[in-house]
Amino acid sequence: MSNPQHHILSVLVENRAGVLARVSSLFARRGFNIYSLAVAPTEDPDFSRITIVVDVESAPLEQVVKQLFKLIEVVRISELDPQRSVERELMIATVKAGADNRGQVVELTNIFEGKIIAVGGESMTVSLDGNPEKLDDFEELLRGYGIVEMQRTGRVALPKIDREARTRAPKGKAS
Amino acid sequence: MSKKQRITGAEALIKSLEHAGVDVMFGLPGGCIMPAYDPLLKSSIRHILVRHEQGAGHMAEGYAHVTGRPGVAMVTSGPAATNLVTPLCDAYMDSIPMIAITGQVSTAAIGTDAFQECDTVGITRSITKHNELVMKAQDLPLVVAQAFHIATTGRPGPVLIDVPKDVLINEMDWYWPSEDEVADSLPGYKPTSKGHPRMIKEAARLILQSEKPVLYLGGGVLKAHAAEAVAELQKMINAPVVTTLMARGAFPDSHPMNLGMPGMHGTASAVTAMQKSDLLIALGARFDDRVTGKVAAFAPEAKIIHVDIDPAEQGKVRRPDVPIVGDCRLVVEEIIKAINELTDGGERQADIGAWRSKVSGWKEQFPLTYEPSAPGEALKPQYCLEQLRDSAPEDTILVAGVGQHQMWASQYWRFEKPYTWVNSGGLGTMGFSVPAAIGAKVGQPDKTVWAIDGDGCFQMTAQELVTASLENIPVKIGILNNSYLGMVRQWQELFYDERYSEVYLGSLPDFVKWAEAMGCVGIRVDSPEEVQPAIDKANSINDRPVVVDFRVAELEKVFPMVAAGTSNDDIILPESQRELKGFLK
Repeated sequence: MSNPQHHILSVLVENRAGVLARVSSLFARRGFNIYSLAVAPTEDPDFSRITIVVDVESAPLEQVVKQLFKLIEVVRISELDPQRSVERELMIATVKAGADNRGQVVELTNIFEGKIIAVGGESMTVSLDGNPEKLDDFEELLRGYGIVEMQRTGRVALPKIDREARTRAPKGKAS
Repeated sequence: MSKKQRITGAEALIKSLEHAGVDVMFGLPGGCIMPAYDPLLKSSIRHILVRHEQGAGHMAEGYAHVTGRPGVAMVTSGPAATNLVTPLCDAYMDSIPMIAITGQVSTAAIGTDAFQECDTVGITRSITKHNELVMKAQDLPLVVAQAFHIATTGRPGPVLIDVPKDVLINEMDWYWPSEDEVADSLPGYKPTSKGHPRMIKEAARLILQSEKPVLYLGGGVLKAHAAEAVAELQKMINAPVVTTLMARGAFPDSHPMNLGMPGMHGTASAVTAMQKSDLLIALGARFDDRVTGKVAAFAPEAKIIHVDIDPAEQGKVRRPDVPIVGDCRLVVEEIIKAINELTDGGERQADIGAWRSKVSGWKEQFPLTYEPSAPGEALKPQYCLEQLRDSAPEDTILVAGVGQHQMWASQYWRFEKPYTWVNSGGLGTMGFSVPAAIGAKVGQPDKTVWAIDGDGCFQMTAQELVTASLENIPVKIGILNNSYLGMVRQWQELFYDERYSEVYLGSLPDFVKWAEAMGCVGIRVDSPEEVQPAIDKANSINDRPVVVDFRVAELEKVFPMVAAGTSNDDIILPESQRELKGFLK
């Protein structure tokens, strides 16, 4: 499901009413579909971080990013390179699982290091967090059993700590 | 310790506007905004009561155009707010600083489809630079101060403040924030004003190397008060200049190197100079489709220096070779310095003599022209404009609506000074001129304000002349009345095989009677001999508005013309010049 046209934008905004509407309407007016979206306050409750995944060519995206930055309440925008960022997503799915194949679903969930949240007579609900590609694989395998309902959160992402900083940091400490 | 001053939100709103330097506002009261109209009774602010909220918005724009200060419009909720949508969008497109204050239903009623409720901030989100629904009376002064800061800095634009009725009624502790407090309260708003030194140096280098430079001036030159700096740069490098529709007046038309307006109805010399240029120095211009024609064929040989305060304009239409984000005036001053440094270091400007003489040749060979009417034939609109222009008192401000008359006004007037031209460029709002002229006259009461309007436009907003009469705002309106939606008619003639569909407006109304009914002097002009006496009479009346109904030739077209979507190389010249087209090379 990872698409070459996928772009991940991390947008730091003021944590105020209407900001999400402003941000999303800039995509809507250009007919760009937002593939996924995750919003929550940051370490500073005055600010929220919006992680947006959009399918769009680079040139029009550049224009949207510039327009986004014109919004008064947008503080910072970065496009995250998947190679240089850490991404996580959470999914929960209710899967058809009766007495005959329950064990297989449990086994699959364990292999992916997911969790079993609830078990019913004919179905069970499982959760998995991890990088989005891992979730894609898990979802694909669950399809074989029949997904009743599923919800994914959309990805959240931060840039990777750059290697120099990572290797430099311990040096400062007595070791 | 001084005791805090408890006042109502309405009082705080009006007091905040006074603190922000507002001397006049345009508006119309109604249910939700009513509390704000009470403290207005004892305010120093002059309020001009309009007949339609759209008028208030365009008046605020006209005021802002000629003063550089934000125009203020205040109206109630619901239908009043939706009536402001057009002027807000107009101001957004043309980067006009404007503050709109709208009433809103009480906070408890928001979202319940209450009487005269609409989602004003939702509706205006994409047509304002910023908007804000104020939920607490205590926030009002800060929101007002932020609005003025946002509207007037960076790329100017309209800001809307939506104020629920209970927020106006509730009490608050008065304060007025300092400039620093306002700036600190907007962590995401840091407009760049100084250009990047390396880019400025690169621009200077390209300018010195260019053999065919053109200074491409846009409305940003006026917004940044950069006309003087631009004149200095022009004098230094001697390049030809084009002034877009939004930049008319930014450089004197009488200057031999001013080629006039480029674009769809631009002069042949301006259009062609851009096409053949090797360097476009774009200052506060945004490569609008009306200027570029078919983008892929626009100025194919030219390198681009693009100076704009809005980073989003860089590369939006045409990728610049040297992008410079910054205030036009500051950047042009820095470019001048950088050129001086290079020439002090021994570099020389390339010889642009051949280019200058080529451009001058085009200017001489392809002037704006029209066929004068033969005796007994209908008046020509261009003739009316020439007469008006030649009789206009010095520093007259010219305002236009949208359509053929607007293009003729831009073409045939002679703009010598900045801020003497007011029109709706980006949005192309028919009906703009009457209210905008009123706003302009309020902003510059000592200057003559002429509005050139079409008969179609006039019928959209003429009722504001009642406002002008009652408020004693003596504007002059010249209607170039051809009984048609003239520009649409022209397109139907040229591109729809003369299949005229819904463009004939008929011989009604009687504009003289209508003018008189609104308290104006009305004058009708049918023949060329009547033109001058009518203009003289209009110019002599200064105690009330005047409307001159120039009955002009119905089928006159605007030339030159670059048809939409075609290349600027395919410019259609006026008939008398068509066989000379080969010289535009």
